[in-house]
Amino acid sequence: MEIDDTAAVARVRSGDKDTFRLLVERHSHTIFRLAFRMMENEQDAEEIVQETFLRAYRALDGFEARANFGTWIYRIALNRCYDFLNQRKSRPVIQPQGDPEAPTVIDQIPTKSPSPERSLLSQEIQVQVHSAMELLTSGERIAFVLFHFEGRSIEEVARTLNVRQGVVKNRVYRAVKKLRRQLQPLRAFR
Amino acid sequence: MRHLTDDELLLHHNHDGDDVEMADQHLTSCAECQARLIAIEEVLKLVVAPPVPDRGPDYGFQVWNRIRVELPELTTRERWWLAIPPWGWVGVAAVLLVVVFLLGRYSSNRQSPLNVVTNGAVTTPLPAQQVRERVLLLAVGDHLDRTQMLLMELSHASDPEEIDISEGRQRAVELANANRLYRTTAQKVGDATIVTLLDELERVLLQVGHEPSHLTARDLKGIQDGIQSQGILFKVRVVRANVRRESAQRPQAATSQMKGPTT
Repeated sequence: MEIDDTAAVARVRSGDKDTFRLLVERHSHTIFRLAFRMMENEQDAEEIVQETFLRAYRALDGFEARANFGTWIYRIALNRCYDFLNQRKSRPVIQPQGDPEAPTVIDQIPTKSPSPERSLLSQEIQVQVHSAMELLTSGERIAFVLFHFEGRSIEEVARTLNVRQGVVKNRVYRAVKKLRRQLQPLRAFR
Repeated sequence: MRHLTDDELLLHHNHDGDDVEMADQHLTSCAECQARLIAIEEVLKLVVAPPVPDRGPDYGFQVWNRIRVELPELTTRERWWLAIPPWGWVGVAAVLLVVVFLLGRYSSNRQSPLNVVTNGAVTTPLPAQQVRERVLLLAVGDHLDRTQMLLMELSHASDPEEIDISEGRQRAVELANANRLYRTTAQKVGDATIVTLLDELERVLLQVGHEPSHLTARDLKGIQDGIQSQGILFKVRVVRANVRRESAQRPQAATSQMKGPTT
């Protein structure tokens, strides 16, 4: 018979380690999706998934029976993402050389270009978006991804991150402002 | 006419916000706000979620296989107290106080316990004072573990802007209540080291309990500095280690003391 998360947690806490498998199987896809959207990197996302479940298992004593396991583990995963993003920020980044005002590949492609160029343009847009996302602080990125990619409301994001709604609004707005500044030249191509 | 702020436009884009209808009405009549909304939407259209690689239906099983070897066994000691809700610790402390009180009454009424012959060896029931100390050591040990966990979480918490400590604050209040009862018990038993530590802990726990639920990074730093400057975590660790050692040694000492002479 299928048991729910609360019953599974109770079993694990009473010493049945193997029941943790049920929880892992149930929540792995969600955690991977979240981690991948935050990191945009498969390897980092896999590491986050693994570490999230290990941490959750070790911290089961802090899990309150009346809470929702899915929400709880989602929060643990977000904290891991936050740590990974901070670590990634502290790594040295090699900046592209050359004149920042010089025309980019995109500037040289006409708007109504034939298919191969369109495809190249699309790839270039992805690169630019990826670079622009890297300019966000970890807090801005997490709030933005939850709001824009995961489609959560400001209230839900605030609850998930344990901060006030005003803080989430600020972070999302700052993120959009930065992205806007970076992606302004691309707007004409959509 | 008040124009919509960028925040409001952003919320409108996600059909979120306090007054969606008002924003809708304003946007139908204000070209300037419409243009700003379009500019925001154009950017957001560019930033699409990257396609998530498909992990297949047995992904959960793969993750399980990767982590299962690293999962430690939960020990019996860890398990039994997990079932007690946080507020239950105040009750546990109150029960302890009653136990110690009753033991005190019992010990004053029975000054010369009878010797008991078990399997040919003469054993003496544990003196009430030792039983009281042992009960206290066991209970305080778990209390210190829980308090240490909370203080460590606070010490390592970080957020560039604001942090919600409402859950930690609630735990601090419950721990402070239990702490008061443990301190009273320790005073009755006469354990000065534990009394001193519990006294210091109570001050820290009450301070955390009285903080607002949302702290700025600066306020949080204030608490963390307070915990660090008093070396409270170090003291808890030292006393916890002593408590663990003593509660392990006492039964042995008592048994060897109470064994009758071998002939």
